[in-house]
Amino acid sequence: MIASYRLGDLELHSRLIIGTGKYKSFEENRQALDASGAQMITVAVRRVDLTTRGAGSLLEWIPPDRFHILPNTAGCRTAQEAVTTAQLARELLDTPLVKLEVIGDPRTLFPDTAATLEAARILVADGFTVLPYITDDPVACMRLEEIGCAAVMPLGAPIGSGLGLRNPTNIRIILESVSCPVIVDAGVGTASDAAIAMELGCTAVLMNSGIAGAKDPIKMAHAMKLAVEAGRAAYEAGRMPRRLHAQASSPETGLIDLP
Amino acid sequence: MKYVLNGEDHDAPDPLSVLDLLSRFELLRQRVAVAINAEVVPKSRFAEVFVRDGDQVEVIHAVGGGA
Repeated sequence: MIASYRLGDLELHSRLIIGTGKYKSFEENRQALDASGAQMITVAVRRVDLTTRGAGSLLEWIPPDRFHILPNTAGCRTAQEAVTTAQLARELLDTPLVKLEVIGDPRTLFPDTAATLEAARILVADGFTVLPYITDDPVACMRLEEIGCAAVMPLGAPIGSGLGLRNPTNIRIILESVSCPVIVDAGVGTASDAAIAMELGCTAVLMNSGIAGAKDPIKMAHAMKLAVEAGRAAYEAGRMPRRLHAQASSPETGLIDLP
Repeated sequence: MKYVLNGEDHDAPDPLSVLDLLSRFELLRQRVAVAINAEVVPKSRFAEVFVRDGDQVEVIHAVGGGA
C-alpha cells in the first residue's frame, strides 16, 4: 500500500491533483476526474459574466462532497490581487486552501517570486493553508516553507508546455532542502513525466493540460493515475543501484556441458 | 448613485444592499462571493452591507482552470 500524506489539516491518499480548465464540457471534465482517482481538484475564480446568467456552473458538476476543492489565484499579477482573490475564494468555497499563483510575466507565466513570498506571508497570517506555485528554485522554496506554507509547488516546466521535468536535479535539491510536501505543479505532458516526479520523491503532482490537452482526456486521466501510483510505489520500494556493467540474473553454475 | 460592478459602470437611485444587487442581476441562485472596494463581504452580511456611490464591486464564481 502507498502511504497517505497531509496537506494542512487534510489527509489524502491520491497523489494526483488535477485542474478543471480546457475541457470540452463539464461532462468530459467530470469523467476525467473520475478516471484520475484524484481527491483534490483546483478551480479558478473569475468575475460572473453578467450577460450569460444561468449558463451552468462548474460547482454543479463537481460535487464538493466528493472532492476537496483547491481554489487558485491563476492569472493574478500582484500580491494584492492574489490575496483578495484568495479571500473571495475562501468565502465562496468555505475552504482555507489556496493554490497561490502570482504571475510575473504573461508570456512565460513564470511566477513573480518576490510577490509570491509577499502574498504567502499575508495569507499564512490570515489563516490560509497556502500551496504556492513557484519556480524550481530551492532557496525560494526554503523561504516559502519558513513563512509557513503547507507545501511548495515548483514547476516542472512552463504552465501548459507539456515539456516534462526540465530540471530534475533542482527538484531533487528542493526535496533535500525543505521538509514540507513538494508538489510538482505544471509541465507534465505525459504519464512518464508524472512517474519521474514521483520517483524523485515528490509528494504529489498537480496537472491540468497534461490531461485536458490529450486526444482522449479520460484515458489520459487514467494513465496519470497509474503513473503517479507507480512512481510513488517505486520511490517507496527504493530502486536498484545503477551499474555500468551487466550482471546476470540467472545462476552462473549448473549449465549443461556439451561434448 | 454610480457604482462599478465587475468593471462596468452602473446606476441606481439609492444605495443597494448586496442582496438587492444580486437580486437585480438574477444572481441569488448562483454560488458567488462579493467584494466591495477589495473587502470581502461575508455571505451572512449580504442583507446589511450596502453598495454606495463610487463603490467598486466584484462578484465572482468558480470556473474551470488549473494554472
